[in-house]
Amino acid sequence: MHDLVSPLSGELLKLKVEIEAYAKDYGLDFYPVVFEVCDYDTINILASLGGFPSRYPHWRFGMDYDQLSKGYAYGLQKIYEMVINTDPCYAYLLKGNHMVDQKMVMAHVFGHADFFKNNAWFSNTDRKMMDVMANHGTKIRRYMGVNGQDKIEAFIDKVLSLENLLDINVLFETSEVKKQRENTEKRAKEEDLVDDDGRSQALKSYMRTKNKHDKSNQAEAKPGDADRFEIKKYPERPVRDILQFLAENAPLEEWESDIISILREEAYYFLPQRLTKIMNEGWASYWHSTIMTKHALKASEIIDFADHHAGVMAMSKKNINPYKVGIELFRDIEYRWDTGRFGKNYIDCDNMVKKYEWNKDLGLGKEKIFEVRATHNDITFLDEFFTQDFCERQQLFTYKYNPRSGRFEIDTRDFLAIKQKFLSSLTNFGQPVIDVDDANFNNRGELHMTHRHQGVDLDANFAEQTMKNIFAIWKRPINLTTKYDDKECTFCFNGKEFKPLK
Amino acid sequence: MDHPIKRDHSRFRKIVKGKIRDNLRKYVSEGEMQAPKGKDVFRIPMPQIETPKFKFGDKSQGGMGQGDGQAGDPVDGQGQDGEGPGEGKEAGSDEGSKELEVELTLDELAQILGEELELPNIEPKGKKSIQSQTERYTSIGTVGPDSLKHFKRTYREALKRQVAIGSYDPDNPIIIPIRSDYRFRSADVKTEYENSAVVIYMMDVSGSMGDEQKEIVRTESFWINLWLRSQYKSIEMRYIIHDATAKEVDEEVFFKTRESGGTLISSAYHLCKEIIEADYNPAEWNIYPFHFSDGDNWSSDDTKVCLELLDNVILPSSNVFCYGQVESRYGSGQFFKDLHGKYGKEADSVILSKIKNRDGILDSIKDFLGKGK
Repeated sequence: MHDLVSPLSGELLKLKVEIEAYAKDYGLDFYPVVFEVCDYDTINILASLGGFPSRYPHWRFGMDYDQLSKGYAYGLQKIYEMVINTDPCYAYLLKGNHMVDQKMVMAHVFGHADFFKNNAWFSNTDRKMMDVMANHGTKIRRYMGVNGQDKIEAFIDKVLSLENLLDINVLFETSEVKKQRENTEKRAKEEDLVDDDGRSQALKSYMRTKNKHDKSNQAEAKPGDADRFEIKKYPERPVRDILQFLAENAPLEEWESDIISILREEAYYFLPQRLTKIMNEGWASYWHSTIMTKHALKASEIIDFADHHAGVMAMSKKNINPYKVGIELFRDIEYRWDTGRFGKNYIDCDNMVKKYEWNKDLGLGKEKIFEVRATHNDITFLDEFFTQDFCERQQLFTYKYNPRSGRFEIDTRDFLAIKQKFLSSLTNFGQPVIDVDDANFNNRGELHMTHRHQGVDLDANFAEQTMKNIFAIWKRPINLTTKYDDKECTFCFNGKEFKPLK
Repeated sequence: MDHPIKRDHSRFRKIVKGKIRDNLRKYVSEGEMQAPKGKDVFRIPMPQIETPKFKFGDKSQGGMGQGDGQAGDPVDGQGQDGEGPGEGKEAGSDEGSKELEVELTLDELAQILGEELELPNIEPKGKKSIQSQTERYTSIGTVGPDSLKHFKRTYREALKRQVAIGSYDPDNPIIIPIRSDYRFRSADVKTEYENSAVVIYMMDVSGSMGDEQKEIVRTESFWINLWLRSQYKSIEMRYIIHDATAKEVDEEVFFKTRESGGTLISSAYHLCKEIIEADYNPAEWNIYPFHFSDGDNWSSDDTKVCLELLDNVILPSSNVFCYGQVESRYGSGQFFKDLHGKYGKEADSVILSKIKNRDGILDSIKDFLGKGK
């Protein structure tokens, strides 16, 4: 690795110092940023490994590498930059880029670095992830040494099937919080036990009377016998952190549950980035644009900068460009809080001229956007700041498949419909919400999961394949309750076949 | 040392090859592989390598976009069928489900075919008689074009010269090569001897051979070529079409022509004989005549002529003679039985195979190539 990556020197180093100073002047706050310059192959390698030079061996990284290398070779795509959420914060620059691109990337990187450090959703990520990932690699390689690569890789494939079944609340579970929660649970359990005793007392007295009534000479039922018949529901409350649940409860070898824990830890490490894509990119773009246009650009570089900036901000009719929406939203917030266009007075004002000319010269914009970047995630960000006015200015629309014309067509430009669609596409980071309800379904040790249906059906084929993979871990039948065409239904995979349950 | 990702990459390639092998029958019966463009690389679409996850389905879900247009206007670039639905709507991660396209070289694909069908390697007969000369840039010369200039050597020469004449200054190490310092990469000619082979394809294009039958022949010959090409370094293809008369054509015509009229198989065998005698000395060439027909020969007299030709010329000079009978909508003809009656199914120098439909292609290939001739 070390001969492929080189630290900054010469002109690039000067640029870094210069741009870092601008960023700090603006109040951006970040861990030290370490830039490294790599050639395109190295950057493809790093990108396919999620930015970490050392990870566990798995074919999927090879697949991503294959795709990235081809994309680069055919000129379809090029990775300009990569930032890793660590302390120090590592960032990679592509060797041979224009100096103006390198500047832009550096400014962008400082934006990301500030976001990583200050956004609440990142508050508990492990900043030493470089080492953690490398350790994971070592562990899994050792397991491969003992059990054979094929076996381990096949197991990893199965676990990766569940990689998206995460509980976002876990992000805020520090060790203290965890301890607290465990204590409360313990107390609740103790209270439950007392209750249990009460109930079994009643049962005992019932049985006593029954015995008396039968006038049989059998011994009284021993205490404790009675509640043996009571089936306790486990887990008591639905569990969304399914990887954790399986690691703790499935009949697994030690290495298997260790691997589940490893993959779970990595998935949760990446989760905040999935929750804040729009904000994170918007924030970084806001800062590269501000720093470049106000300070760092030379006159001769303006055309190139404008060209590349426009490329990054390009709107698409097929997808939402997170860079574009993010930067515009931050600018909109800044403008609104600078001019005081918020609050009840502004909203209730029905004089259009007055509204149009509204300016209270509050100058709160900068303060507000710094506050927003610290406290929000994509979904709350949009929920709170995505206004009708903004939606119209940004020309957003939703599209839909029209079976009659066989193509995708613009569906509506109605603000509420768009907002709703936007928010629901971000709900649970765009993944279906699935809980484990019962680990002893039908009293036969079957696993029961419920899909909390929110308007969109699951892909049936993928669901079936996924359930097969869960079966391989749980080793008893897997049941899934979901909805298709608005009808609730339960499917079961019993190890041989996949069938609906009545 | 290579980065560990290269190992992940080769692991991925292995999985892909396994998938192709598992689905080989499907690929084969679906027709040709995407023809190699310029290079010997095949592009194979491979949809199903995505890790299964619980995810949203439903194509009608649509998505969101930005830009001009009114309700009802089409969204550019969408609407081709067969694309993953709901793609790219996943905020916060970049797992767009692109269709994977895998590149395989001719050798790799042939290897997969060979492994799946358990094809033995061919033992070439004859001497390694074909000389081929290849140039390898292994040495250094003092003359050559600028594009082959060897910079390091050139500068080393210049440095030596400057040190020798004392014009080298370590404090100001400027080295200026002059004409006599220039060194160039130069080629050595290497002669290699190879086995050579020729495949002579004969196809019945009489009225009873429909498009479907021709497609089967086309597909089958694609795979046969693939295998033989992996076995011989240089290989030639000759194509003969026949109805009542035979003529030699190029590849494109061979697969596209449709003529009508009767069938005299002997006409093709005559031409085949002429080609062999004119161009291919059996002592030096591995000769593979393949004949595809629906088996409806015009008369039993002609069949007799055919058998004579086979016995006297074609069989003695060929490695193996292969006859594939494609079932047409008029059923399967008599010629197969005639050959079968004479040579039996297990003859050494004649391989017979019946191809019922597309799904039969793979088995037929195994029949032809399974003997390692």
